[in-house]
Amino acid sequence: MKKFSANNPAIPIADHVKHDGSKWTIKEKLWLGLTPQEYKKQFFRNWVNWLMLCIFAVGIPIILQRYLFGLGAVTHASNDYPWGLFLGFGLFAMVPLSASGFLLGTTVEVFGRKDFIPIERLALLNGLLGYFFAVLYLEVDLGMPWRLPYPMFVSLGPAAVLFLVAWHVATYLSVQIAELVPAFGEWSGWLKGKRWIKSITLGLTIAGIILSTLHQGALGALFTYAPGKVHPLWFSAEFQWIHFFCSSIFAGLSMVIVSSALCKWTMKWRADDRFLGSVDNLTIGLGKGCSYAMITYLVIKIVAIAHDQEWAYLLTGWGQYYLLELGIGVVLPMFMFAVAVKNRWAGMVRLAALISVLGIIWNRLNTSMISFNWNLYPEIPHWKEVWITITIYALYFLTYRFILYRLPILYEWKGEK
Amino acid sequence: MTEQLSRRRFIKGGLAGTVAVSVLKDKETQAAHDFEGYPDAMGVVVDLTRCVGCRSCEAACNKEQGLPEPAEPFDDFSVFDYMFHGQKRRTDEAHYTVVNRYEVPQLDHPLFRKMQCNHCNEPACLTSCFVNAYTKTPQGAVIYNSKVCVGCRTCMIACPFYVPTFKYSSAFSPRIMKCIFCYDTRLKDGKPPACVEACPQEALTFGKRIDMLEVAHQRIRMEPGKYIDHVYGEHEAGGTSWMYISPVPFDEVGLDTSVTREPILNYVKGFLAIVPMVLTIWPALFAGFHLLATRKDRIKESQTDENQEG
Repeated sequence: MKKFSANNPAIPIADHVKHDGSKWTIKEKLWLGLTPQEYKKQFFRNWVNWLMLCIFAVGIPIILQRYLFGLGAVTHASNDYPWGLFLGFGLFAMVPLSASGFLLGTTVEVFGRKDFIPIERLALLNGLLGYFFAVLYLEVDLGMPWRLPYPMFVSLGPAAVLFLVAWHVATYLSVQIAELVPAFGEWSGWLKGKRWIKSITLGLTIAGIILSTLHQGALGALFTYAPGKVHPLWFSAEFQWIHFFCSSIFAGLSMVIVSSALCKWTMKWRADDRFLGSVDNLTIGLGKGCSYAMITYLVIKIVAIAHDQEWAYLLTGWGQYYLLELGIGVVLPMFMFAVAVKNRWAGMVRLAALISVLGIIWNRLNTSMISFNWNLYPEIPHWKEVWITITIYALYFLTYRFILYRLPILYEWKGEK
Repeated sequence: MTEQLSRRRFIKGGLAGTVAVSVLKDKETQAAHDFEGYPDAMGVVVDLTRCVGCRSCEAACNKEQGLPEPAEPFDDFSVFDYMFHGQKRRTDEAHYTVVNRYEVPQLDHPLFRKMQCNHCNEPACLTSCFVNAYTKTPQGAVIYNSKVCVGCRTCMIACPFYVPTFKYSSAFSPRIMKCIFCYDTRLKDGKPPACVEACPQEALTFGKRIDMLEVAHQRIRMEPGKYIDHVYGEHEAGGTSWMYISPVPFDEVGLDTSVTREPILNYVKGFLAIVPMVLTIWPALFAGFHLLATRKDRIKESQTDENQEG
């Protein structure tokens, strides 16, 4: 991209008009101001794209197989483990990692921390896409994906926890779309929509907090339906929803830290000086938030063990595994965050964030699959199930990058706003 | 001004939503609180001292429910040796009921136990279903409506007895497959389910649940040495329509004795209770935070306005 912008100073596009005064068309904006040949050239020069193509080459036929021959064709069709990777990773891990939208929204709009504005839109986008792809994972997993709107409009079971998840994720998706209308409005030139959304931002943000508290918690509460199946250390009737909610705070923040680091390193051409100049400081600020959220989480985890009298379990094999998860996934990054923030080491904050992102995925898989049915036998997912999970994630990655290349997320729109 | 207006409208909306939710929730939790099952619900006692493992009940169920013909015929007893991941046979999309054999050290002969849906008084599958696909009928059956089911399989997560199964083999019309107490064809008309009728040993006794409970306790009372003094299903998971009496501890015949004595729903109520709280308190709380956090900015703004005017 650097090469192209050296040849043509109007690239990357950040304005409605070209240098000669004529307007960019939407089509030109979609092609990033390049000719199709140039676009193709830059696409195939990137090894990441080749990797993606390899994943899709195997993944898309398997996904077709899933829709033509049923879930049994690509999973172990287990009646003992009804939920596998599609939900264990796709829903239970993707959703907390996407809490970033409501967290940064709250920081900027509710608490008035305007210094976080350069990273706010990235956090909002990270949230929106995470939720959208969580729903996509759900569409792979549901037995009858075409009935997705049933819990909303056809047959309602309002006393079920999943009912709350369905409604809240759906509403919150629309809130997040609304929150990103300004970025889209600037890019496409649809300024009326943008200005209207700006006027109701606070309402949207508070709606986001309520919905997020409840559905992040509800994902945890789903496991309270299985008191005998989830290992007691990962189960707590009273605290499950608080565990899930509280851990989503550092999960979401860590994910923005990781994502902004990737942007800083690989997408310099698209980011402006405002983003590049502040991202290290903001990373440290977010790291501080993470370490606070983690110490809170750690305390509640211990309180839950004390409340349910589960100390004896800590001495068993499961207990050691539990401590290993807490140690590597929470305590280690917590101290790393604290040390790094104190010494203002952005690099170490990023490493800690990566560990805590992996720690959250580990925790959700532990709750939904590994410690689930701890009295039965372990279930190792079918390789096709693993591959589909990776394929959808690759699609998530591509969509994420596609939008970052275009919309004013990492840079400020120079034209009329 | 527009901002304040929208905030007010927003809070109003939030309140209305909360009232709606708490009204709905209250009804549900109240109804669930002291529910001891329908008074006329039917039930079955399974007497493990009588079962000989002939699999007649399996055959009858297969025929009555129109399930696919199994690979091994019903007079093939090698199925008792079948193991999957160290587990004996369980229900699946082709079997609503299965009989398993258990070698027990106290006796010189093995015991056989039939498993099927236990038809809980407060079924976990029903309470976890977000499209209301399950119904507990007054006759005691827990039935399932495949027309509204989305296939999320939460019911399979929630069932403490590992009963509901999913038709994974179908891409276009998958559904939950589980015993429905022969509701459509028999129970509705007061008739016993096919398995009970087919049992040559009278190991299965059918009648009103309260009477069956009485029958079970009476058998234990009459021959105290023969049975363990416990009716499995009287309190398990809040009480079930199908109950078991056994000559050996229940965990030796593959029944989960650690299963909760209260309905599964009780574990979920803690979370359900906080929902109205979050809906009511959060909007005001965070609007308040916003006003506090931005107070200085506001003062500054009004001062600069005054300065400009002055």
